[in-house]
Amino acid sequence: MTLVADLWNSLVEFTRKAGAFTLFTLKLLAVAPAALRRFGLVVAQVHNTGALSLVIIMLSGLFVGMVLGLQGYDLLQRFGSEEALGVAVALALLKELGPVVTALLFAGRAGTALTSEIGLMKATDQLSAMEMMAVDPVKRVCAPRFLGGVVAMPLLAAIFSMIGLFGAQLVGVQLMGVDPGQFWSQMRGAVGLEDVMEGVVKSIVFGFACSAIAVYEGFHAAPTAEGVGRATTRTVVTSSVAVLVLDYMLTAVFL
Amino acid sequence: MPAADTTGPGSGPVDSTLDAPAASPPSGSASSAEPLVRLRDVAYWVGGRAIFDGLDFEVARGKVTAVMGPSGTGKTTLLRLITGQLRATRGTVTVAGEDVGRLDERGLYRLRRRMGMLFQNGALLTDLDVYENVAFPLREHTQLPESLVSRLVLMKLQAVGLRGAARLMPAELSGGMARRVALARSIVMDPELLIYDEPFAGLDPIAMGVVLRLIRDTNDALGLTSIVVSHDVHEIGLLADVTYLLSGGKVVASGAPVELREHESPMVRQFMNGLADGPVPFHYPAPDLAAQLLDREVAG
Repeated sequence: MTLVADLWNSLVEFTRKAGAFTLFTLKLLAVAPAALRRFGLVVAQVHNTGALSLVIIMLSGLFVGMVLGLQGYDLLQRFGSEEALGVAVALALLKELGPVVTALLFAGRAGTALTSEIGLMKATDQLSAMEMMAVDPVKRVCAPRFLGGVVAMPLLAAIFSMIGLFGAQLVGVQLMGVDPGQFWSQMRGAVGLEDVMEGVVKSIVFGFACSAIAVYEGFHAAPTAEGVGRATTRTVVTSSVAVLVLDYMLTAVFL
Repeated sequence: MPAADTTGPGSGPVDSTLDAPAASPPSGSASSAEPLVRLRDVAYWVGGRAIFDGLDFEVARGKVTAVMGPSGTGKTTLLRLITGQLRATRGTVTVAGEDVGRLDERGLYRLRRRMGMLFQNGALLTDLDVYENVAFPLREHTQLPESLVSRLVLMKLQAVGLRGAARLMPAELSGGMARRVALARSIVMDPELLIYDEPFAGLDPIAMGVVLRLIRDTNDALGLTSIVVSHDVHEIGLLADVTYLLSGGKVVASGAPVELREHESPMVRQFMNGLADGPVPFHYPAPDLAAQLLDREVAG
């Protein structure tokens, strides 16, 4: 009986949180045009979430590409198809690993920064002070950060994939001796615009989800040190799960 | 010839005390005699517990009104009800003639443009310097040219003695300085009502004296109405025109600070004299000590 009650309470709580998140996201979208008019605020947030994540994204992209080059070469040489390494790596990076790994890194680096920044603003009464100055904190604080994340995410995913290809080429061509002409020409022949667009759409959706979750968790954090810490943890967990679930759904749509 | 009685038919002799509630003006007029803030029979419940139940409270225009009371009596909650951050469970909260409980978000924001609030820690925006913090409301609500914004900001900073700190970041300010910057920010839009939440908490005596003088001078020079929530009996005695003492969700005493000091209520005397024990007990409710110790011995 207790188990049923607990399950019921969990379901009610989940539904309540899902509803609150949906309403918050709708408000974000409603105030986004007004936030866009203050372009400087959005550009500053593209810098905060995007440019400041560049190092970790580039470094991760390089090593993911190098690992792909090694594993891909090992697999393909068993079938005598090493020259297809470029195609395999490009499709894996553009359609899957680029958007997904970038989104996971984005959640860990930029998402947590957004949540803790907004949560601390709440804990130190800065958001209340804005409300008392008749300034809507969702419009002034949350919307520019949300938009900054949505803009930054596809750019970061593109850079990740580009650096990843460079890393795969470094290992496959320079180290393992795959013919560079085969590597690049097969890639150009087999990778179409629809493959690139799949990655772009995924990265935009992931950027939307990760930014909305980060901003929501920060705005609704309990105004204490512990509350901000918990909100930051929730941002990473929820964003990561959301990215993987959305990735499956989008892949099913595109196939 | 005696002065004409303007309080209306049926009223008694004119009360000369400043602290008596003013007579109500004809409906529909925004007379200066009408209180700027009025709470009538207000109840506010949280999780089945009444913070207020039947609270009546008024703030006269042009006065500094202090709200005092033991910790946990709902002083900050009272401010949040006045500013519309919380909605009363019952009763009406009226500010400048507007029923706060009936205002939508847009109406609340319109009303808040006529208020300023100084938070306990200043609540300065940490990513902006002192100058930009004070300019923040101007940039959000007006299209003033930069030259005018600059003049207004520098004038307000000069008023609080911090013009020279215009380019410091909030992290570089002391507690007293942060509160003075917050005061400059809260008066930059020329509000009618200024609300101070624990303005003296954690300040050294010099900073406390500075903030106290600024609150009084700002109120008088700009013709504002001020509400000050504080525990500091001595400072409130120097500052306030009217003091309300809250306890148990109600006003237990009100009047000039000197009247409260001479009040006969044991609760008021305990608070005003800082006595450790009294109607607010020193001990948290617990079973009898001897019985509890004996129980432990038997159980051990």
